[in-house]
Amino acid sequence: MRLYATVAVSSFRRYATYRLATVAGVFTNTVFGFIVAYTFIALWSERPHLGGYDRDQALTFVWTSQALLAAACLIGGGFQVELQERIRSGDVAVDLYRPADLQLWWLAGDLGRAAFELLGRGVAPMTVGVLAFGLALPTSPLTWAAFLLSVLLGLLVGFALRYLVALCAFWLLDGSGVNTLQGLLCMFFSGSLLPLNVFPGAFGDIARALPWAALLQVPADVLLGRHHGATGIGAALAFQAVWAVLLLAAGRALQAAATRKVVVQGG
Amino acid sequence: MADHPLVRPLRRPAAGTRAYGLVAGMWIRSALAYRASFLMMAAGNFAATALDFVAIYLMFRHVDALGGFTLPEVALLYGTTSTSFGLTDLVLGNMDRVGRRVRDGTMDTLLVRPVPVLAHVAADRFALHRLGRLGQGLLLLVWSLSRVDVHWTPVTVLLVPLMLLSGSLIFAAVFVAGGAFQFRAGDASEVQNAFTYGGTTLLQYPPTVFAQDLVRGVTFVVPLAFVNWLPALRLLGRDDPLGLPGWADFASPAVALACCALAGLAWRAGLRGYRSTGS
Repeated sequence: MRLYATVAVSSFRRYATYRLATVAGVFTNTVFGFIVAYTFIALWSERPHLGGYDRDQALTFVWTSQALLAAACLIGGGFQVELQERIRSGDVAVDLYRPADLQLWWLAGDLGRAAFELLGRGVAPMTVGVLAFGLALPTSPLTWAAFLLSVLLGLLVGFALRYLVALCAFWLLDGSGVNTLQGLLCMFFSGSLLPLNVFPGAFGDIARALPWAALLQVPADVLLGRHHGATGIGAALAFQAVWAVLLLAAGRALQAAATRKVVVQGG
Repeated sequence: MADHPLVRPLRRPAAGTRAYGLVAGMWIRSALAYRASFLMMAAGNFAATALDFVAIYLMFRHVDALGGFTLPEVALLYGTTSTSFGLTDLVLGNMDRVGRRVRDGTMDTLLVRPVPVLAHVAADRFALHRLGRLGQGLLLLVWSLSRVDVHWTPVTVLLVPLMLLSGSLIFAAVFVAGGAFQFRAGDASEVQNAFTYGGTTLLQYPPTVFAQDLVRGVTFVVPLAFVNWLPALRLLGRDDPLGLPGWADFASPAVALACCALAGLAWRAGLRGYRSTGS
């Protein structure tokens, strides 16, 4: 356990080293926040209460999405390219020799990264959003605690999905195609383009049941207080937890299959 | 035999284009080595922008007009900026790697090669799969042109290709200026995305959606409004929200050339100020 904590801390520090890059990222997130916010204002002024959100809630959704963008890798990014490169070059053989579990190792690293990006790239855009638009943020510390728990569960689901994608490199060698595919599904079905409760009919029902909903839509709805009472919030968190367990288990199964067939490149 | 220093500048554009073609060709061959991945990435690149438009389409399931613009009108804005940006992204899309090259010292390698640095940097990791984005933009442009109500005259017909080309050049200037900026602040390459990807996202929507100050900013400071807003508003027979004189709708080529000149100067300044990482 201590080993994985150390990995997470080192990963946090690794990303914290690039201060200028963080500032640049915050700037870009903020610019996008403004662009999307204005389009949502136009949409919600035509159709107030669209998807059950009022205008302020829709704007809060925009800035929550910008705040989680880097941490949850909503529109790309993450560790998978690095792991795939190790698989392609054969370095992964060294990783498998180590007295540490491959999945937990990368999970610890990814959570360390996400923790930094949540602080470094999440807080500032959210603050700008509050100052510029006056968002519908909750006052109860309990709601904030539930939100943070929901974000953590979302990060686990996000990691589990990207781990599955990363392991595809054992069979495909070049993972850029599957990475792109996962990135697209994630961008669209997380709700980072448009909240999932605006998606119409059965398509919307399906979108809200997919694992990507756990990354942004569920945490945002928890923050907006759309789940009433302990049972409502409990059900939302359970939805995330079920996907996290299922996908992490699938990752373990795929990892076992991959290590059985591992062929180290170049001998 | 080496050229006379006075002759060299004349040979540079030709040498640059040739070098660009050679480097880009190499990357195309390399991409085609993993054919399944290439096809998936091209499809993915197409789908990435297509999904962007699906989101707009879903918005129009709930409303008839956004900022007073109908779906085909928004699609015209979307198609024009996506085509312009897609073309530039294909040709110059990897300018955000300058910062990385400065940081890890591989920029030095480019400086000692007998190839214009800009051509080399632009062709670096040339990504053919970006044809996907360009294709999606073009498809949407054709669809929207068949649906919007435009009074076609020789002038408006000419305005379309002029708008696409000028738009590409304006985006190219942003990419090159962004590359120049990375000589100073290599780690901050993401700032560029706010103006490139952010710019094209902004231009997909009608200017009436945004705050006046934002529209002023992208007209007079970073003149992205000339990529498609002003010429497309003329096509659609609408007034621009800033009330600019009518000739501004035709000013895109001039603005594009001015932007490219400024970006070229910025690039030279950036390159001159380059200090190798050393050891």
